[in-house]
Amino acid sequence: MPIAKVNGVEVEFEPGMTVLQVAERAGHEIPRFCYHERLSIAGNCRMCLVEVKPGPPKPQASCALPAAENQEIFTDTPMVKKAREGVMEFLLINHPLDCPICDQGGECDLQDQAVGYGRDGSRYAENKRAVDEKYMGPTIKTVMTRCIQCTRCVRFVSEIAGVEDIGMISRGESAEITTYLEQAVGSELSGNVNDLCPVGALTHRPWAFNYRPWELKKTETIDVHDALGSNIRADARGPEVMRVLPRVHEGINEEWLSDKSRYAVDGLMRQRLDRPYVRRDGKLQPATWAEALGAVAERFNAAKPNKIGAIAGDLQDAESMKALMDLMDAIGSPNLDCRQDGAWIGGGERGGYLFNSTLAGIEQADVVLLVGTNPRLEAPLLNTRLRKQWLAGKMRIGLIGEQASLTYGYDYLGAGPASLGKLSKDFAAALKGAQKPAVIVGMGALARDDGAAVLKAVADFAAANGVVRDGWNGFNVLHTAAGRVAGLDMGFLPRAGGLPAVDMVKKGKLDVLFLLGADEIDASATAAFKVYLGSHGDRGAHGADVILPGAAYTEKPGLYVNTEGRVQMAERSIFPKGEAREDWAIIRALSERVGQTLPFDSLAALRAKLMADHPGFGQVDYVAPGQPLNLKALGAKGSLGAAAFASPVKDFYMTNPIARASATMAECSAAASGARAMAAE
Amino acid sequence: MSVRRLAKEQPASFKFSKATMEKVNFWLKKYPEDRKRSAVIPILWLVQKQEGWVSEPAIRAIADLLGMAYIRVLEVATFYTMFQLEPVGKVLIQVCGTTPCMLRGSEDLMKVCKEKIGHKDHMSADGLFTWQEVECLGACSNAPMAQINDYYYEDLTPETMAQIIDDFRAGKKPRPGSYAAQRRTTSEPEGGPMTLLDPKLYDGSAAKPIKKLPNLPEPA
Repeated sequence: MPIAKVNGVEVEFEPGMTVLQVAERAGHEIPRFCYHERLSIAGNCRMCLVEVKPGPPKPQASCALPAAENQEIFTDTPMVKKAREGVMEFLLINHPLDCPICDQGGECDLQDQAVGYGRDGSRYAENKRAVDEKYMGPTIKTVMTRCIQCTRCVRFVSEIAGVEDIGMISRGESAEITTYLEQAVGSELSGNVNDLCPVGALTHRPWAFNYRPWELKKTETIDVHDALGSNIRADARGPEVMRVLPRVHEGINEEWLSDKSRYAVDGLMRQRLDRPYVRRDGKLQPATWAEALGAVAERFNAAKPNKIGAIAGDLQDAESMKALMDLMDAIGSPNLDCRQDGAWIGGGERGGYLFNSTLAGIEQADVVLLVGTNPRLEAPLLNTRLRKQWLAGKMRIGLIGEQASLTYGYDYLGAGPASLGKLSKDFAAALKGAQKPAVIVGMGALARDDGAAVLKAVADFAAANGVVRDGWNGFNVLHTAAGRVAGLDMGFLPRAGGLPAVDMVKKGKLDVLFLLGADEIDASATAAFKVYLGSHGDRGAHGADVILPGAAYTEKPGLYVNTEGRVQMAERSIFPKGEAREDWAIIRALSERVGQTLPFDSLAALRAKLMADHPGFGQVDYVAPGQPLNLKALGAKGSLGAAAFASPVKDFYMTNPIARASATMAECSAAASGARAMAAE
Repeated sequence: MSVRRLAKEQPASFKFSKATMEKVNFWLKKYPEDRKRSAVIPILWLVQKQEGWVSEPAIRAIADLLGMAYIRVLEVATFYTMFQLEPVGKVLIQVCGTTPCMLRGSEDLMKVCKEKIGHKDHMSADGLFTWQEVECLGACSNAPMAQINDYYYEDLTPETMAQIIDDFRAGKKPRPGSYAAQRRTTSEPEGGPMTLLDPKLYDGSAAKPIKKLPNLPEPA
């Protein structure tokens, strides 16, 4: 490897690295505004100036200068200091001094770097420029006078998000960042531009003027709004999660976060179940815990075990599912299911329901076939990875299912199951010749009556195309529910003779139905006594006979397994609302009244039992790509339906109870469907 | 230069005329299919030729034609000040105000324009004139000058400027070129050439016979 000297110390670097990266490698921080390692290089803020020998006797922008063998880089000479002070002074000429009323205050790159690298005072006495306000959508608050034209937002939306919506119009002093005719940014990742903005020009609209960053208690935890398990940091003040920001996890979300994961947090303060309810005289009425649990236990004890059923919802942590599963097994009920959408998946080999290539690993695939999925809506941060590789010209993508704008070009190969057999010759040849072919099958293909047959067809197709080969497993199931894989891993599935979720809600099948946060299944047909344990007064609670208030994902520690089978540990940021309790504790209390006391009194004991019974849960943040998989064993024989695949996500912003309770998500949903909300401001 | 904005009042639609479309196709042929967005500047220019200015529907039409995002065409159209974002008069007078022209009296020309036409950058009420101040048009040796529609009018004085405006108003077409007191062609010295006047230079009589061509190979 070539060697350069940074401030007199030799550093090895890889060919192609820039001077800035080499200096960072040597441990010297280079101030910057426009440069961002995941975006293309713009080189327009000039903050990263350094002195380089050999070279012209002037400071050089290190972010855009390739490092060379035997180069001498200086980051602490008087010339560099003066250059940084000069650049900072120019940047501040037109930047308003409104830090006290700016939401970026306290976590502002410009503030920090002005302190670190700027002059102590201003010599500028002229008028500052002012820029008209812009509308960019319900997630982005703009104060464009603060903009320093770094163009990070422009590059993010066009390169990563894949919608060319933001641009810089005019030039020179009149340059302005805007969307075309001030339309909303049409991306599910729009919130990331607020993170990227190094100043207070773009800030989080839903959280405007709500907090100061130093007031917040930060908790590192896991997101549940899709099945990726994005790493997040929940920032809380008192009893309220004020905001959610992404954490860096190269294997999952890189450093981005979808708008739903980020802005649905206001849903945690609305529609909450904060006390138990029991239906009396046809109406849900407040009750004490003793009354509510007593009413449930009475029905449990009265019903025959095979007339009791339990359905686990999409946002459930592994511990609560384990507690409920153990309770049902103790009672002797065979009716358990964690697949409320009716997906025909689970049981058998673990690889049969996982995203086997792993999320980061899918970037190695050269030909990808999407079956019955719209990754842009189901997993926006998986979509960015596909787009990244497509943009680099390294990936060819085919789609069977709903035609939609996916931010990359794809071969459209058909709408329904029959299309698997008649791919275009061109694409079929590409798939045959691929080094690392991959198939991504979504819930749109599996959550239907012929799901098992579709799974078999896809698995056979994958086997015929060598999707699983030595050291490479490209058979991928893309889940949409954060709790699904954990449920499948522990076997929260119908026992012998048990009913699947779709049958449990049919009329006359059950006497008691326990809904563990299950809101996406329509249980109105069954006359069974319905118990709902969950956090929000949503679909599940509306028809319930007893409501047991549980904790939302920010209010309980828990294990989640994402679609690639990675176990992740979420932490508690705030306490459950009102009289609500952690889900596992409620089930534990119920078990005592049912006469089948569960053998754990603490979460630690429950976790110990979970990991003892299902050792996979002990491997936190671990995935093993390229595991062998017997594709022949997947699915079941059956006739394929003619119906076209439809993505399970109809409205990206409204997929779960938390999002449906969120005012921000409602606004985003309206903006996305074309109706721009008329704000009262 | 002030902030450039799209005009408040926009036409409902834009359509390429047949003649424009022919020229557009000429430009499109110059670029490979996947690089056709390179033709954005010539096409913006053609649209401006057709309509006199670049309207918002035209920007969308160009973007659709070239497979670009609308914002990308808007960026280009707002970047270059030659693209008129508001309707302009039939006669567009662009007075150069950069240093050489200013030293030679362009401010006086602008005063005339203001008196005869009205405020800078505003179309006259009859829709005939718009005058603008522009940066250097590269005819400094003929300062002060103005570009009127497609032609340069050079060596102007307040009087000639006024005359030209009056002529346009009367429906005449004043001749382009130099308006110096003693007329000159392009940037010749005023009053005719000052050097290389000897006619002998041009009839061959001053030439010496060439005895030996330089750099010929040596005879063998």
